[in-house]
Amino acid sequence: MLEFILERGNYWAIIGLMMIGLYICFAATNLIKRLIGLGLFQTSIVLFYVSLSRVDGGTAPILFGADWKKAKGYGEESHGGDHAADASASAYDSAHAYTSGGLENVYSNPLPHVLMLTAIVVGVATLAVGLATIVRIREAYGTVETDEIREMDLDVAIAEAADEAEETQAANGTV
Amino acid sequence: MTGFEGANFAIELLNVTLLGILFIVAIAIARLRSLFAIVMLSGIYSLISATWFVALDAVDVAFTEAAVGAGISTALFLAAMVLTSRTAKAEKGAMKILPLLVVVATGAVLIYATIDLPGFGDAMSAANTGVGMEYIERSKTEIAIPNVVTSVLGSYRGFDTLGEVAVVFSAGLAVVLLLGFGERSLGATVRREDRAEPKTKEGEGE
Amino acid sequence: MNGDHHVILRVVAKALIPIISVFGFFVHFHGEYSPGGGFQAGVILAVAIILYSLIFGIAPCMRAITPGFARTVAAFGLFLYAAVGFWALAMGGNFLYYDALFREAPGGHLGQHVGIIVIELGVLAAVAGSMVAIYYAFAGRVSEIRDEDW
Repeated sequence: MLEFILERGNYWAIIGLMMIGLYICFAATNLIKRLIGLGLFQTSIVLFYVSLSRVDGGTAPILFGADWKKAKGYGEESHGGDHAADASASAYDSAHAYTSGGLENVYSNPLPHVLMLTAIVVGVATLAVGLATIVRIREAYGTVETDEIREMDLDVAIAEAADEAEETQAANGTV
Repeated sequence: MTGFEGANFAIELLNVTLLGILFIVAIAIARLRSLFAIVMLSGIYSLISATWFVALDAVDVAFTEAAVGAGISTALFLAAMVLTSRTAKAEKGAMKILPLLVVVATGAVLIYATIDLPGFGDAMSAANTGVGMEYIERSKTEIAIPNVVTSVLGSYRGFDTLGEVAVVFSAGLAVVLLLGFGERSLGATVRREDRAEPKTKEGEGE
Repeated sequence: MNGDHHVILRVVAKALIPIISVFGFFVHFHGEYSPGGGFQAGVILAVAIILYSLIFGIAPCMRAITPGFARTVAAFGLFLYAAVGFWALAMGGNFLYYDALFREAPGGHLGQHVGIIVIELGVLAAVAGSMVAIYYAFAGRVSEIRDEDW
């Protein structure tokens, strides 16, 4: 039971952080604070992916030590250039068979790292678009509080409706 | 992180400490109203999560998070804050309770879902036995560069990365279209001044 | 920036900004051997420019690196990346299939290395250019909050 909890404690903590981000998104009326909540949410998703990719006893996915030396020796050999096509092909096969037998060191899974690395950069780019939209909202409404914006929208809609009603009344009256 | 006894315990301790700090910072962000403090705390949050990424072996992600989260996005938030407002209004009444209920319910569902997830650090989990490990084994013979993250990013998944770069570029374009070309843009002013008198003195736009 | 109260900041920044730029390029060209790559390097270079504009004012920064130049660099980066893809196509491989770049025998790695460095250069240019353009768009707006209000 304790092992079960220890193995999943990380996920639960990350979900807690995620929920704090979600709460900020829901509860804050200030649009900038909402975007920061969204940022917290995004960071915790990145944390979750990276947690999943970790391997016990592993290290960062950069080949080192014996793993890399073998690969390098192999690379230099193949760059000799005087290999016949099938000779280099067989060298390739043997090298591949050798490596797929196993690596000297344990590495964490690199794939989630790649996905999250690009997600972070794309995240900041889309964040910039959100902020630009907020700046334009501020210039149009004079505020970035959602409830005030909603009130103003409502006022405008009511006024427009009243205008329309007046116009139709006037039109009916004259005809 | 291999080779000596007690390494696992140290990492566990690091995990707990960093997660604790992350929680404190996140709750502070949720409770504060001064946007300046919130933006600075979000930068701190990014830096601490970058530290945690290092503990989780994701050095490239940590690097990106530290540069992007603490550098660029803080600068962008500050730049946007100057143009908008400096304090957030306090949440009131129903706006405090209702989101809390929704959030607790969502969190409970997600935690229920984690029961089926593989354990932390499980080398045999579905995520860690598929194509990701294949990349590590084949990268050194096929690409011959030691940083597997770069080889996956550039070569195996180069098409993905092309898409990401296109997204970044179009986001930049969208921001420029939203803000940049108008008569209120300083770039246009600087250009106009330069055209009017080529030798202007420094620090004019203050 | 009329008084002397930013003098320490300016002196330190003058020393720091070249180091930040060099570090950005180190991260880029060493990205195959250590953590780093085009994304991080682009962001670091953009940060160097943003730091300059924060300390010496946005107008001198815009004269040194014009917003149009930043946008051009961003577009050029995306173009460079896609161009490598089409290069591979022209040499008879699939899109972005680097082994085809120099028509190497199996086991050769020159195409992979050149392809990765060039597309990382494209990423560097696109990310740095986009980030600087985004920052200029925000910082170039006329703000309604004065410095004294902080």
